[in-house]
Amino acid sequence: MISTLHRQRRNFISNAAYLFCALSAVIALIPLILILAYVILQGASALSIEFLTQLPKPVGETGGGMGNAIVGSLMLIGIASVLGLPIGVLAGTFLAEYRSPRLSWTVRLLADILSGVPSIIVGVFVYTLLVLTIGHFSALAGGVALAILMLPTVARTTEEMLRMVPDSLREASLALGISRWRTIVSIVIKTAGGGIMTGIMLALARIAGETAPLLFTALGSRTWPTGIDKPVASLPVQIYQYAISPYADWHAQAWAGSLVLVLMVLILSVGSKLYFGRKMRSVR
Amino acid sequence: MAGCITTSNLSAFFGDVRAIEGVNIEIPANKITALIGPSGCGKSTFLRCLNRMHELVPGARSTGEVVWDGKDIYAPDMDATEVRRGIGMVFQKPNPFPLMSIADNVSAGLRLAGMTRNKAFISETVERSLKMAALWDEVKNKLDKPGGSLSGGQQQRLCIARALAVEPDIILMDEPCSALDPASTQKIEDTMEQLKQKYTIVIVTHNMQQAGRVSDFTGFMLTQETGEPGRLVEYGPTSKIFTMPDRKETENYITGRFG
Repeated sequence: MISTLHRQRRNFISNAAYLFCALSAVIALIPLILILAYVILQGASALSIEFLTQLPKPVGETGGGMGNAIVGSLMLIGIASVLGLPIGVLAGTFLAEYRSPRLSWTVRLLADILSGVPSIIVGVFVYTLLVLTIGHFSALAGGVALAILMLPTVARTTEEMLRMVPDSLREASLALGISRWRTIVSIVIKTAGGGIMTGIMLALARIAGETAPLLFTALGSRTWPTGIDKPVASLPVQIYQYAISPYADWHAQAWAGSLVLVLMVLILSVGSKLYFGRKMRSVR
Repeated sequence: MAGCITTSNLSAFFGDVRAIEGVNIEIPANKITALIGPSGCGKSTFLRCLNRMHELVPGARSTGEVVWDGKDIYAPDMDATEVRRGIGMVFQKPNPFPLMSIADNVSAGLRLAGMTRNKAFISETVERSLKMAALWDEVKNKLDKPGGSLSGGQQQRLCIARALAVEPDIILMDEPCSALDPASTQKIEDTMEQLKQKYTIVIVTHNMQQAGRVSDFTGFMLTQETGEPGRLVEYGPTSKIFTMPDRKETENYITGRFG
């Protein structure tokens, strides 16, 4: 009799635990769903071809768009990629492939610390480093700030992906008389390519939405970008400026901008997971 | 004749641990030499010293001499890549490159070591290597399929073809059949018999019957006590080692009294 009671009790606890875990998982998803739903609801009405392609109109005039901010964001991400991706991927390669214990330990520690540095601090740093020395705000400064922010993520993801490549492939390649560097490039990095690309896309998605480090580096602008040495508009900063403004139509445009930004991030992260994730599975 | 390899007083270390000690062996060209012995006696480590794969393990090093056709492969002016190109290796677990097609697997060494870009030569080599590895008939219609799509035994023969494509003198095989079924093992053994016309083969095997079947010479390695380095106990023609070994330990191992 006791054993029956005991069993019932045990089953009850087990079921309850399952229920709580499932419930928590669902609760964790709710913010994302709400954000998406709300942004779509609020933003879709102000979204139009005009919004995507036109410059902002002066206060008081209706219409206009955030075309310059979209281009500006792409430009900033481009600059950050050119600067940050090669260094990040090569640093990750160093960590995974050239196992020099002491230096690797230091680099890994610093990368982890860097990834924990608040993005506004990185902005302040680049402001002192570039904006003050050059004398004005610029797309380049914004790109540098974003590059610094993506460096640790790219380096560590690259490292982890390269580590997943079995040593037997490295040995197979070296035993054929293929040099170390060629083995790394043509066998190891290629094999881990899907995973590295996914990491890069996630890092890009991450920096696409960064606002704070751009406030005093790229600043913002109400015209089309004219060069990397000039201030440039970006979606997050434009959204911020429009959202804190007192004008109702700017608020609507801020929502539309948010929708564009969220879609960009979604396409980057979901797309790369689907595409490269499948490629990666075929390797293992 | 090209492809003989001699070691004198070869010892290998992992950090401070001595894995093998004082191995002296003369491996003749165009013969199959088998290395047998219980697990952990250093057979694989010894094999990996012969084409400088041992030193890839962090902290690993070796002392003594390994002379390949008159050249000391550990001489300062010897390039490890050159050594490995001349002394190829087939591993215990088949390890084809997963993202490459069957043909690209075979030609990987040629292409990535920068030996040639000549397309006609590459496809010729692919065909010849696959034929030598007795895999051509099974894959000739699907050369562009991934290497991983083959069965385990086929993958191992693909790895043999890949090693052959760079035209080495010597092929080292580290328990090449231990992950394969008997039918695949049979095919690999037949292949080895063909290959020895052109190549010197050194095979490490756990399987004494295999050593007896395929090899011309056999070396028996043993760790006397746990923690001790492995030594080459006896070495000679396979027929002699298997019928009237000089050493008691060899006889005990061959007759299955331990190991």
